[in-house]
Amino acid sequence: MAAGVGKTFRMLLEGQAELEAGRDVVIGLLETHGRKETAQLAEGLSSVPRRRVGYREAVLEEMDLPEILRRAPELCLIDELAHTNAPGVERTKRYEDVEEVLAAGIDVLSTLNVQHLESLNDHITELSGIRVRETIPDAILGRADEVVLIDVTPETLLDRLRAGKVYPVERIDSALNNFFRIENLAALREVALRQVAEEVGAKRLTTELVGSREESLAADAPQAVGERLLALVEPYPGTQRLVRRAWRSAQRLGAELDLLWVRAPGQRLSDDEERSLVALRQLASVLGAKMVEEESDDLAAAVVDFASQRGSTYVLLGRSRPSRGIARLRVPLPQRLMQRLPGVDVRIVADRPLRQNGEKL
Amino acid sequence: MSVVVLVAVAAAGVLLGIAAGYWLPPNGRLAARNRPRPVRRILLPFTGQAISRRAFEAAVRLAKAENAIVMPAFLARVPMSLPLDSALPVQCASGMPLLEAIEQRLSSQGVPVDSRIGRGRSARDALRNLLAQEHFDRIIVSADEDPRAGLGYEDLKWLLERVPAEIMILRPAPQDTRRISTKAVGGHF
Repeated sequence: MAAGVGKTFRMLLEGQAELEAGRDVVIGLLETHGRKETAQLAEGLSSVPRRRVGYREAVLEEMDLPEILRRAPELCLIDELAHTNAPGVERTKRYEDVEEVLAAGIDVLSTLNVQHLESLNDHITELSGIRVRETIPDAILGRADEVVLIDVTPETLLDRLRAGKVYPVERIDSALNNFFRIENLAALREVALRQVAEEVGAKRLTTELVGSREESLAADAPQAVGERLLALVEPYPGTQRLVRRAWRSAQRLGAELDLLWVRAPGQRLSDDEERSLVALRQLASVLGAKMVEEESDDLAAAVVDFASQRGSTYVLLGRSRPSRGIARLRVPLPQRLMQRLPGVDVRIVADRPLRQNGEKL
Repeated sequence: MSVVVLVAVAAAGVLLGIAAGYWLPPNGRLAARNRPRPVRRILLPFTGQAISRRAFEAAVRLAKAENAIVMPAFLARVPMSLPLDSALPVQCASGMPLLEAIEQRLSSQGVPVDSRIGRGRSARDALRNLLAQEHFDRIIVSADEDPRAGLGYEDLKWLLERVPAEIMILRPAPQDTRRISTKAVGGHF
C-alpha cells in the first residue's frame, strides 16, 4: 500500500518462521530505512552483503546477485521488488534479478507497494499527483504463488509517520503535505484491496480448473469472468445519467465500459444535439469509456453486432421513447436484444421519478 | 351495397385511428416538441465533493424565473504528469455522485438540467476549456473559504475580467455551512 505499512517487517517475520522450520534462509537485500524494529527482526538471519558499484564519481550499493546464486539458499528475502539497479549491474531492474534467482530454484519473498504496478501507474498519478517512476509489469505479480496484503488503516499509518517510525523527523512534514494525505492513503488502500482480491480470485479459478477435463478452459478463465458493459446512448441531456450509472456499475464490477450511439443514415443533428454529443464525448473520455458511433437504420442489429464483437456481458439502455403509430406493434428493443444476445444481461436504467401531476422530472 | 359502405367506413376508421395514433402524443402527455424550451443556460461549476447550498438555491431561483436550464459542471484537474486527455477515474468517483445529487435536487424542483464535465490543469483551466466549447448566459460561483473546495480569489477575478457572461459570485456567511454533498444522492447510484 505505502511505505511504513510493515511490508519488510512481515517479510522478515515469514523468514524467521521459515528459519525456525529448518529451512536455509538468507537475506538477499534488506532496506530498513533506519527503523530499529526492522533491523532487530533481521537478527539471526544470515545475509549476503551488498556489492559496491561505481557510477560516475559515486559508489552505489546494490544486491549481490552472483553471490546469492553461488550461496544458493532455499529461501531468499529480497526487499523492494520495483527497485531500479544502478548502471553497470547485469540487469536493469530488481525484479529481473529475482526472476534469475527463481530460475536457479531458490524461493523468494519480496515486497512491493501497489503503486509500483504498471497498470495502476496512471491511476495513482491521478490520485496523488505524483508519478511513480519505478514500476514492474503486472505479470510479475501474477506469477507469485501467494500475494499477502499488508493492510493498516490510513489513520494508523499517519500515526506511525508522525511518531517517526516511517521516515526520519526532517522528512515527516514533507511527507504529510504530499503523498501521506489521508485521502491518498484511503484510496491507495482501496486499490490495494481490490488488486489482491482480483489476484486471489483469478488464482482460485485457475487452480480449480487445472488438472480437470476443463484444463483447456483454464487459460481463458480470467477473461471469461471479466465483465464488459455496453451503454446505448443518444445525444440528449438525459443520456449523461445513463452513462454515469453504467460507469458506476463498471467500476463496481471492475469492467470496461463501451458507449454506442447508433446514428440513422443521413441523420442531421440540431444545435442542442450537437452540444449534447460533444458533452457526451467529453464525459466518455474523462471516465475512460470508449465511445463508438455507428451508422445504421437497424438499431437492434447494430447493437447485436457491436456487443458480439466486443464481448459485452451487459447492455444498459434508457427507457425507450414512446412509439407512434404502427411502430407500437413492434417488439420493444430490450426484448429484441434479449432474444438476439443470449447470455447477455439487458438492464433498463429507470427514468427519474414522476412528480405528482405525472410530469417527468 | 350496405356491406360495401360498412367496409369503407371501417377502413376509413382504421386509417383515421392509425393517423391519430401517429400524430397524437402517447399517454395524452404534451409532446416534447410542444413544451416551452429553456432559453437561458446557467452554469454551476464545482470542484470538490460538496457545493454551497446557497449557490444551488440561487441557481434554482434564477432558472425558474428565467425559464433557464441549469448546467452543473464538474471541473476535474489533470496532474501535470498525465496527458490532458487522460481518464480521471479517481476524481470522477467523487465528482459523479455529486453531479447526480445536484441533478436529482434540480429535477425534484422541476428545473431542467444538463450536466457537463470540464477538464484542465487547474479548476480555472478546466472552466476555461468548458467556456471555449459552449456559451453560457450566466455563471453562478460559490466563493469558498477553503481554496481547495472551489475556485479561489484569483480564479474569480479572472472570471469577472475575461468571461463574457453574467457572473454571480456567492459567498455564504461563515455560519452558513449548508452544503449539498455526495451523501445527498438518493436511491441506487
